[in-house]
Amino acid sequence: MPASTSKSVYLRGIRDSAPFAFVIVPFALLFGVVATEAGLTLAQMMGFNVLVIAGASQFAAVALMDEGAPLWIVVTTALVVNLRMAMYSASLVPHLGRAPFRLRAFVAYLNFDQTYAAAAAEYERLPDMSLAEKLAYFFGVATPIVPLWYLMALVGALLGTTVPMGSGLDFALPITFIGIAAPMLRTPAHVAAAGASVVVALLLAGLPSGLGLLVAAGCAMVVGVAVETWSEKQ
Amino acid sequence: MKFTTGEIWTVIVLLGAGTYLIRLSFLGLIGDRQMPPLVMRLLRYTPVAVLPGLVAPLVLWPGATGGQPDLARGLAALAAVAVGLATRNTIWAILAGAVTLFGMLFVLG
Repeated sequence: MPASTSKSVYLRGIRDSAPFAFVIVPFALLFGVVATEAGLTLAQMMGFNVLVIAGASQFAAVALMDEGAPLWIVVTTALVVNLRMAMYSASLVPHLGRAPFRLRAFVAYLNFDQTYAAAAAEYERLPDMSLAEKLAYFFGVATPIVPLWYLMALVGALLGTTVPMGSGLDFALPITFIGIAAPMLRTPAHVAAAGASVVVALLLAGLPSGLGLLVAAGCAMVVGVAVETWSEKQ
Repeated sequence: MKFTTGEIWTVIVLLGAGTYLIRLSFLGLIGDRQMPPLVMRLLRYTPVAVLPGLVAPLVLWPGATGGQPDLARGLAALAAVAVGLATRNTIWAILAGAVTLFGMLFVLG
């Protein structure tokens, strides 16, 4: 297929990523501030952004480290937050599975909520796109998002050490997580899963830091699927 | 921060490697084989299974007040939930929570 088409698709991907700036900018700023307030160095904060590049799990890891949870609990809980990306990976296979391995390896690094959401919607809208066009679109969406995330986190970290943070900043993290989770409560199954997560986590709050949360997450996933299965039978 | 420098980097490297493998999983290693539908269903619920449980104790027993329930923080959390449900928008939910929190902290002194 002609290179010119690929290029225009790549540019369309860049354009379609624009609305995500409204999520990325405050989020990355907040991560920089929170990580710095928790005592991470600039290098450690950027290490999270470059090596992990998954906002919600980065917040979770920093919160659990700040609480003094055991190391394996920190890593496991943050990984559970990212398990949804296995689902993204699986659903990209029919579209990008035939690309050379090195390109798939690169797609994997960039496979986060925003790129996946935009690409999945576009592949559904235009099912006749070629493999090259699909790749070009995916990389187009990722192109502005990744540097913007790094840069804004850096700005947040620099602000975090200079701006005097009064009382209330401790609550930035819970509010951010609520902001991520509440819009996801679209079905009774999602509401039930969230409810189970809250109840079990509170009941097990006496366990070593983070352990109760792992159990709660497992229960909640099962409750979500059970309610989904049940409501399909209705 | 209760973690040493070495422990922090261990978390970063393990979390980075694990997250990358999760992202690569099907695309890179498993290829065209179908995932069991039950696994796909379970995975769909991971964010709503983890985040509420992480937040609930922080809302009920905030560290900043020594674990005592706090009106301003409780109302801020409720506002964020309500606006998040109503608008389906993360940023509006966070703004609603932040405005409520700082407003209540100001009013209550």
